[in-house]
Amino acid sequence: MFELLAAAVHNRLWYAIPLIVAVSLVYGATRHELMGPILNNALRAAVWIVSFMSIIFGILYVISWAI
Amino acid sequence: MPDENNSPAADDVIEIDLRNPVVAGVWAWLWPGAGHIYQRRYAKGILFMACILGTWVFGLGLGSGHVVYASWTANDHRWHYLCQLGVGAPAFPAIVQSRRVRDNKEPLLNGFMAPPRNVVSDSASSWELQDDELAQWHLRYHTFFELGTLYTMIAGLLNILAIYDACSGPMILVPEDQSEKPPPDGKKKSG
Repeated sequence: MFELLAAAVHNRLWYAIPLIVAVSLVYGATRHELMGPILNNALRAAVWIVSFMSIIFGILYVISWAI
Repeated sequence: MPDENNSPAADDVIEIDLRNPVVAGVWAWLWPGAGHIYQRRYAKGILFMACILGTWVFGLGLGSGHVVYASWTANDHRWHYLCQLGVGAPAFPAIVQSRRVRDNKEPLLNGFMAPPRNVVSDSASSWELQDDELAQWHLRYHTFFELGTLYTMIAGLLNILAIYDACSGPMILVPEDQSEKPPPDGKKKSG
């Protein structure tokens, strides 16, 4: 698991970060008008996206381990 | 996505002047953020412009300007362009380049956003692939071609959210008993 995460540090997962930031901010901006609530919503959306991706990562890792 | 704070408190409600929502929607499509700037919602306009155009430019750069092109030939159905077109005017050069290539003219700007030539089918031999420009791009840019395509597609899809926001204002979940028709003056209340 740690080897996999260490490898991830050097792979293209980093390219997900700008996408997560952009998607979260646009998502937040379509739900609020003022910058404060937009940033709060964006932060929650980013945490939600990262959590969701982590869960999918975990499921795929377990599946690949079993194969 | 769970979002418990979408209902604004009564004292947080502000009025938004959407001006002409159709005009704002067209501007928002033509240039990300322009619809909001037309509505004098400058902060959101700049935010949409930075996020959407930033994603677009980054994706375009990953594929050296080749990931956005318009083509619908027998061996190359570039459906991705439909999503990329959501970003509006920044995707228009692909249409110009596509027409030039179709008319057997040389593409402009060193092939920027021009469709690939000599695309062969997936079952073609490696010998035939040598002249396939799309295959050469995949070979040259590897994963970045797919990443660039993904970035530009997401930029186009994000702009659809921005267009909706320009036309209708923020999507706020209001309980049914509090929901009411927007006032006829085109103003919308938001948190």
